[in-house]
Parts: sequence; structure tokens; C-alpha cells
Amino acid sequence: MNTSYNKNHPTRTKLIATAAASFLGVMLAVAAPLKEGEAFPDLNQFGLEGAVPDIHGKVVLVDFFASWCHPCQESFPVMEELYKQYAAKGLVVIAINLDKNKSDMDDFLKSHPASFVILRDAGNKLVSRVKIPTMPSSFLLDRDGKVHAFHRGFKGAETRKQYIEEIEALLK
Amino acid sequence: MKTRHLLLAVLLAATGLLTGCQNVQPWERGNLADPAMDTGRDPLGGMMSEHLWFSREAASGGRGVGGGGCGCN
Repeated sequence: MNTSYNKNHPTRTKLIATAAASFLGVMLAVAAPLKEGEAFPDLNQFGLEGAVPDIHGKVVLVDFFASWCHPCQESFPVMEELYKQYAAKGLVVIAINLDKNKSDMDDFLKSHPASFVILRDAGNKLVSRVKIPTMPSSFLLDRDGKVHAFHRGFKGAETRKQYIEEIEALLK
Repeated sequence: MKTRHLLLAVLLAATGLLTGCQNVQPWERGNLADPAMDTGRDPLGGMMSEHLWFSREAASGGRGVGGGGCGCN
């Protein structure tokens, strides 16, 4: 009986490669956020707190924020500015809060007032579905409800410029 | 031999999947972002210690720990 151990046996190499590829595949699938061109999930299906607006046929900016996130604090005045500038042309801005305690969100909104829609994903159901990679993250949806652009984080003037370019292109 | 290969593949997959590691999701980092989690809450004191450390030992850095904080942006 041949009991020698051939570490370069092709079957073994193949098996290791398969196992490694499967593992990586699973990890990537778990970590992947919603991609551009994909339909954004229906906001009514996640038990969000607050009044979900009708976004049918609108250009929508969906932003995920939390009170403890500093870039989120910087993003609010910019989103307010965009909302005031483009709401009449068909832009809807929806900020979705992910704080554990509602009181933290309320305190945040006192110091960062917003006239656009604020919803709260208390059960983290929506955010678990779209899998954002960082805080904040935002999705710009076209009039068909598909992801037109994804913004990872908020980088001040750079992100503001991108928002304006993309929103104006979608509102044309 | 086939059983051995199968066992190896299962073990490899299990090693990766059953490590017990749990990623803290970006939206779950509120506690990590709390100022109380910061070990160096006195920036000026920290700079002075660092300066002394550098002057006496000709060495600096190595105090920070990666992976903490809110992971924003």
C-alpha cells in the first residue's frame, strides 16, 4: 500500500484552490454593498420609523447617518443645501438614522436641523440589506429607483461637487 | 485518499468560516466612537510623553492601535 504523502498532488492543489475560492467568494458576497444599476429596495418593507415619502419617478438621495459619526455632521448642511436647491425640480432627500437610541438622533437633529425626510432604521433591517461599507454612506437613485451613484463616506467639498454634478445630470 | 482530500477541504473551509471572528458592522460602531474609548484623552499630555520618549530613547510611535474608532469615511 502506498502511504506516501504527495503535497504536490494535483487533486490536492485543486481542492485547496476550490476551498480558498469558495471562502473568498462567501466573504465577498457577504461584504458587497448594493451596486450601481441595481434597484434600491422598497423603503416600505423595512419597518422604518417615520413617514416614508412617495419617491416614484423622483431622483432620490438616500443617506445613512448616525449621531456619533463626525462626517455625518458635516454632510447635513450640504444635504440641506441640495434639498433646498433641487427639491422643486424633483429631488427627494432621505436621511436614515442608525443610532441605537432615538434620543441620540433627536439631539443630533436639534444641532443639525434638516427640512428633508428623516427616517429611522431602528432594527437595522434596511442597512443590513444594502450593506454599507462605512459611515456615512449614500445612494443616489435615478427616477426608476435604481442606484445611479454610491458615495462611500463624506469628503466635504469633493463629495458636494460630485452630488451636484450627478443630481443635475439626473434632473435634466 | 479521496476521503482524506474531502476532509482537508472541509477542514480548510471550517478554518475560515468557524474562526469565531465577528466583524463589527460600520453602523454598529457607536460605542467604539465614544470618546470614553479613547486611551489618549489628553492630546497635549500625549505629545509631551511622546517627545520625552523620543528624547530619552531615540524612539517614537508604536502607541496607536489600528482598527478602533468609528471607522467613518
